Parts: sequence; structure tokens; C-alpha cells
Amino acid sequence: MNLDALIENFQKKDVAAFEKLYNMYGENICGVINVILKDSERSKEICQDVFIKVWNNSSSYDASKGRFFTWILNIARNTAIDELRSKSNKEQKRNLSIDSFVGILEDAEEMENQVDVIGLKKMLKGLKELCREIISLLYFKGYTQKEAAEELGIPLGTVKTRNRNCISQIRKNNAL
Amino acid sequence: MDVEKYIASGILELYVSGALPPKENEEVQRYARQYPEIQKEIEAIEATILDLTKKASPGMPTASFESIASKINSDNSPTIILDSTPKNSWVTFLGWAASIILAVGLVWTYLQNNELKSDIEVTNKTMEQLEDSLSSIKLEIADKESILEELRNKDVSVVLLQGQQVSPASYAKVFWNPSNEVVTIDAQGLPSPPEGYDYQVWSLALNPLTPTSIGLLSDFDSNEDKLFTLENTNESQAFGITLEPEGGSETPTLEQLYTLGTVGP
Repeated sequence: MNLDALIENFQKKDVAAFEKLYNMYGENICGVINVILKDSERSKEICQDVFIKVWNNSSSYDASKGRFFTWILNIARNTAIDELRSKSNKEQKRNLSIDSFVGILEDAEEMENQVDVIGLKKMLKGLKELCREIISLLYFKGYTQKEAAEELGIPLGTVKTRNRNCISQIRKNNAL
Repeated sequence: MDVEKYIASGILELYVSGALPPKENEEVQRYARQYPEIQKEIEAIEATILDLTKKASPGMPTASFESIASKINSDNSPTIILDSTPKNSWVTFLGWAASIILAVGLVWTYLQNNELKSDIEVTNKTMEQLEDSLSSIKLEIADKESILEELRNKDVSVVLLQGQQVSPASYAKVFWNPSNEVVTIDAQGLPSPPEGYDYQVWSLALNPLTPTSIGLLSDFDSNEDKLFTLENTNESQAFGITLEPEGGSETPTLEQLYTLGTVGP
């Protein structure tokens, strides 16, 4: 079954279709959350919460407005960032502030060993600091183009071209 | 549209991350449907991001979907716990009063909304009707313009048909264009034919007098402009119009000759 049909069935509250989508994107969503939270146990729990949200809000996904992955990515980021900001979490991990995204991908090494550190390192090999920052902001932190430009102090158009160069570098690394 | 340049601009990477403003987002969506290369590139970018995010996954617990499935299947809507401590009666009264006002307000808004909806419907219908009549008027104008153009053609000769004995006040005009074999008859000066009769138009050769029918002025009463277009392949020297029984006759009934006129030299 193709992706469009699968998503359509999922929106009709077909649990089997939902399970397929979960198997397709579950690891990715957990990965995004893990990069934000840096806590693999908590990430697994939040990841489940995200998919329950995805199910409950299935009708709000509009295929004419973007990719399905982009939609669930957005839900995952928001949930994880809310979690990071929540009071209980602050008490648990006082040392982790929301602004510590710089170099977040490098921190992968410090994460629990389930994370594919070797694979991640290979993908990010040779990537400049600015690349890591742009990718963190856009894909993991959910910044808009304008917000990212302001955060990094670079022109709006530069965000676009730099980000493309960074992603192309990752694609090249992947092809090796 | 330069697809390669569009791809190289980096807009697709931002599309996948969800970082574009709505207008540009729609634009990408549209181009992706239009150009397979763009769709392919979007999928490739998404695959890269999927790869990157997957590598950061802490691993999924076994039977993780089962635990999600159990949560989405059991109806876990929040239950409202009612506070059973007694309250002052005037607080209760105020509470009730407020909810009644709210309920009335909601009903009123609902009715108001329905009324607006039906107003919109009526306006839409009226608009449709206006659009219909506009398009029929446009067609009518186009018809008249084509008639006018035909009459203005330089090859057209005008023949005035004078009233004859049976109806001296009648007249008609024939606009004859031999180059495209079209005659346009202006029958404004003819009375309405009686029930069961039609006017029939004849082309005449004079020496010897030979009438050839070129057609009927059918639906005379419903033709508002009284302009009729007929085909005439004859080398006409004169035109006549007679009143004939409905459907026309083989030969003209000369007693009922209403108008007659000769083609000028």
C-alpha cells in the first residue's frame, strides 16, 4: 500500500494503518525527542505520548499543507520542548537549558549506547559548526526560516542556501 | 520555471523541516505535483532527515505499539470530579443564572448564525441567476454583432420590397450578399401572419417570371428583431414575400403577395 493510501486509512481511524505508520516513523520520532531531551528512558515515554497525540489529532493533518513526516515531526518537537520546559523536568535536570542546542548532535556520543553513535558520526562527518546549528534549529527545534535567520544573525536567503549545502554534505556522507 | 535552480535554492529542505511561511509552502506543494523531479528531491531530503533522526533513536521498547493501541482504544476521556462541598445558596443561584444566560446567548448565536447562512444561500442563488442572465445577454449581443457585421459587408445590396395590393402599408428589406449567398430579411414592416399561415420568401427571375422559394420566415412572432437569415443561391432579379399556409407552398399564391421589390442595377 502506498503512503498516501496508508495516511488516508489512518485518518479514517484504521488502527492497522496507524501501526504501519508507527513502524515507519517511530524510531525517527523517538530520535528527534531523544536529541532534544537527551534522556533515553524519558524519550521513549514521550515518544508514545506523541503517537497518541498523532492518533487523537489525525483529522488535523492536511495533505495539501505539507508532508506527513513534517506534520508528526512538528508534534514531536513541540511535545518534547514542552516537556523540557515543564516544571517537573526542570527539577530533574536543572543543568539542561532549552538553549543548549549548540553542538547537540556532538553530544550524541554522551547519550546512552542504544544510539547509533558510529552511524551518526559518519553522517555528520566534516560538517561545519554553522551546519550543526542550522540543522538543530530547523529540524530539531522547529525554527522557521525567519527565526533561524534572526537566531544565527545571517540573512534569510543564506539560511536557505547554507541549509541546502549542509543537507547535501550529509547526503554525500551517506552515499559513501 | 527552472526546476534545477528551484531545487538548488534550498527551499525544499526548508519545506521538509516545516520552516516555510504558508505561501511558499503552498508554492512548493504545487510545484511538487507539477514536476516529478521536485517530488523526487523532496523525498530524498526527507529520507536523509529520516536517516539522521533514526540514528539518534534510543531504541524502541518491545511491544511498544501494543501499549499505544491499548491507550487509544480504551476510552480515557477525563472524568469530571464534582465538588460535593455545600456552597452558599446565592453562589449556586449566581452559577445557575450565569449558565442560563450563557445558554440563551448560545442559542441566540446559533439562530443568528443560521440566519446568516440562509442569507448567504439566497445571495448565492441571486448571483447565479445574474450570472446566467449575463451570459445569455452576452450571447444575444454576439448574435446581433454577427448580423450587423453581415449587413455592413461591402458586397451586400439592399432591396426595398414595397407593399402590394393586399397590404399596401407593408414593406420589407432584403440585404443580399451574393458572395456568401446569404440574404438577411428585415420583416419589421410586415403584420403578424394569421394563425396557420407563414410568410414565404421568393427569389424571382423576371424574363420569363420564375419564382424560386428561398425559405419561410418561421417563428415570426417569437423573433423579436424580425431579422431572418436565409440562403439564396439564385441569380435573383427581384424578391417577393407571400402569405402561404403553414409550412409553405410549391408556387407562390400571388393574391397573397404582401411585398415585392427588384434588385437595383
